[in-house]
Amino acid sequence: MSELAAGGGQHPALQHHFRDLEQQKAASSLGMWVFIAQEILFFGGIFMAYIVYRIKYPEAFVAGSHHLSWQVGFFNTLVLIGSSLTMAMAVYSAAIGKSRRVVGFILATVLLGSVFLGVKYFEYAEKIGPCLPGASGVGCLVPGERFDASALGVSGEAAGHTQIFYSLYFGMTGLHALHMIIGIPILLVIARAAWKERYSPEWHTPVEMVGLYWHFVDIVWIFLFPLLYLIGAH
Amino acid sequence: MMTTQAPTLPEKHYLNAGYGWRSWLLTTDHKRIAVLYLISITAMFALGSFYAALVRWNLLVPDGSHMSAETYNKAFTAHGVIMVFFFLIPSIPATLGNFLIPLMIGARDLAFPRINLLSWYIYVFGAAITLYALLAGGLDTGWTFYTPYSTVYAQSNVVIAVVGVFVTGFSSILTGLNFIVTIHTMRAPGMTWFRMPLFVWAHYATSIIQVLGTPVVAVTILLVALERIFHFGFFDPNRGGDPILFQHLFWFYSHPAVYIMILPAMGVISELITCFSRKRIFGYSFIAMSSLAIAVIGFLVWAHHMYVSGMAVYSAMVFSALTYLVAVPSAIKTFNWTATLYKGSVQWDTPMIYVFCFIGLFLIGGLTGLFLGNLGTDVHLTDTYFIVAHFHYIMVGGAIMGYLGGLHFWWPKITGRRYLEAWGKVSSLLIFVGFNLTFFPQFFLGYVGMPRRYHVYPEEFQVLNVLSTAGATILGFGYLFPFSYLTYSVFKGRPAGNNPWKAKGLEWTTTSPPPAHNFDETPTVTEEAYDYATPPKEKSALV
Repeated sequence: MSELAAGGGQHPALQHHFRDLEQQKAASSLGMWVFIAQEILFFGGIFMAYIVYRIKYPEAFVAGSHHLSWQVGFFNTLVLIGSSLTMAMAVYSAAIGKSRRVVGFILATVLLGSVFLGVKYFEYAEKIGPCLPGASGVGCLVPGERFDASALGVSGEAAGHTQIFYSLYFGMTGLHALHMIIGIPILLVIARAAWKERYSPEWHTPVEMVGLYWHFVDIVWIFLFPLLYLIGAH
Repeated sequence: MMTTQAPTLPEKHYLNAGYGWRSWLLTTDHKRIAVLYLISITAMFALGSFYAALVRWNLLVPDGSHMSAETYNKAFTAHGVIMVFFFLIPSIPATLGNFLIPLMIGARDLAFPRINLLSWYIYVFGAAITLYALLAGGLDTGWTFYTPYSTVYAQSNVVIAVVGVFVTGFSSILTGLNFIVTIHTMRAPGMTWFRMPLFVWAHYATSIIQVLGTPVVAVTILLVALERIFHFGFFDPNRGGDPILFQHLFWFYSHPAVYIMILPAMGVISELITCFSRKRIFGYSFIAMSSLAIAVIGFLVWAHHMYVSGMAVYSAMVFSALTYLVAVPSAIKTFNWTATLYKGSVQWDTPMIYVFCFIGLFLIGGLTGLFLGNLGTDVHLTDTYFIVAHFHYIMVGGAIMGYLGGLHFWWPKITGRRYLEAWGKVSSLLIFVGFNLTFFPQFFLGYVGMPRRYHVYPEEFQVLNVLSTAGATILGFGYLFPFSYLTYSVFKGRPAGNNPWKAKGLEWTTTSPPPAHNFDETPTVTEEAYDYATPPKEKSALV
């Protein structure tokens, strides 16, 4: 309170416990990187499981992977890389103070993210549909009692082990999709603030931070796509 | 006698900065959040102790006639889950760390005050879910959730409990994240890295483990939940899954979690021993760096929990060697603490008694840990009461002694009032005696072969078990004393003055209790930590 009177005009975005905007920016940005480090370890656990089982059951992994459509996966990869581009443009626009463009680029990012999730929905539906109560169960690819490996072109032990592949497929892409579902509302909140001219070249940290998060989620997919869709596709 | 005036409380401080439940439940003041945590973890500690009492009551008789095997399984599981996830892991960081880190580095608050409050709400929410699982039906997997028992065979509330622990993990991650960023970016002018109190260094190392370890256990128990709900096959041998993989992922966090519990206690000990020896701590930089070394090496020893689970013998040898290595930084600390006492002017106030308790008990706990890191002896001792005794010497003898010592030391800072010193001394002695009587016999029980987690035991083990239960009773009463006189002192204790221990450190240069904004003006640091050769600055001298 006293420094408001003494300092004469404080930046409205400066929180009371920071000395200046520099310090506040440094804190936010380090905080986001530490959060991303945490995320890497979070995904790391399930990636570790992937490594272990891929080495253990190579045949089942090839069979499971062949059944996924690499074309659909490739399309989604392009969509997601596109969304990273629009996100980067949004951050750039914020840095040069073009608030309207920030809103536009964030909405484009949200749109591309939604396309990705929409495609994912159809991919999931195809595998889950046959498992639903009342359905035939033929081609059910959800691990469990009704799992049906007949369409995968493997037999014997490897057929059973394709369940592990599909457990990992649903686990990994599900966690990734969850991160996008969390990211989209945050993007919308940032877009709203940008619409209200809250950001300026000297302070637009939230745009940068949500950008970092979005790029991270994108990079996770960059790893997931070859690991799940392209095994043995050389 | 000097004719100084009796100290009084400052007119305005963080405790009277606002009244009513909103001023507490919506606060972003790190000091108030620390108090919220203190109240919550004390409640969880009481509940965890209650379950410990059930366990010890059952083991009073060899035939298990006091309760059914099922009830016993649920009691020791509840004791473990509550004490590990809801008391020990948040204990020192979320209370003392939360309260003191900004004060010690001369900041107004943590870097992210709202995230700090959020982490408390996440903790409470996670605790509520877990308590529901434990009270409505119970959980019988042990705190380790080992597969395939937890995923296939257990009939108890595994999914709900797992979700509760999963949620609580994020409270721990956010606290660690907040500390790391605060320590990096919020230090006052002149507060260089090597002028920071060792308490802050210890919390920095702890935070690294919290941020990098917790997410791994989070995703692991998430897979357990997925396997139980959807019958995914991650850890199910019938579908090609590997239960040992669960153990690897689980211990990748849960061994470093031991250091989440002990490192902050080591930070407390470093502060206390230098203050009550009136002498600069011996080997400052070695103690600081050994905290980081423990954090790093601590991530590389997890498989020593799994020597008998099935592992290549060469892997086991590497993990055994690394386990010996992680004992080195702990030994460095212990030697430096002892050297600090040498030619110091040692004062026997209550916090210092806890320091001596810590050093002695941690020594026993640490050295018996080496028995278990050794491939040969571990096969004989694993899953016996020797293990139980060993880790209670670290977690109770180490972490809780550090916690109680720190709580007594900073109590005047937190509340502005003194507790009754005589009561403090008597109860610290009671806790020391009760603790040793409880757990020392268990080393013998384990050595002669009494397995842990069994509901019944052969009659020849009864004498030692009765001793242990008697000790637990004394220990339980010992805990009631600090709870009573500390609570009493909040209302009736005499004002402590700003720096009753004549201690060094920025937290003692402000009033007790501190004002809501911590410091009237941002402090500038001009001296090394623990410069006990010069008298501490008084608050009045600063203004």
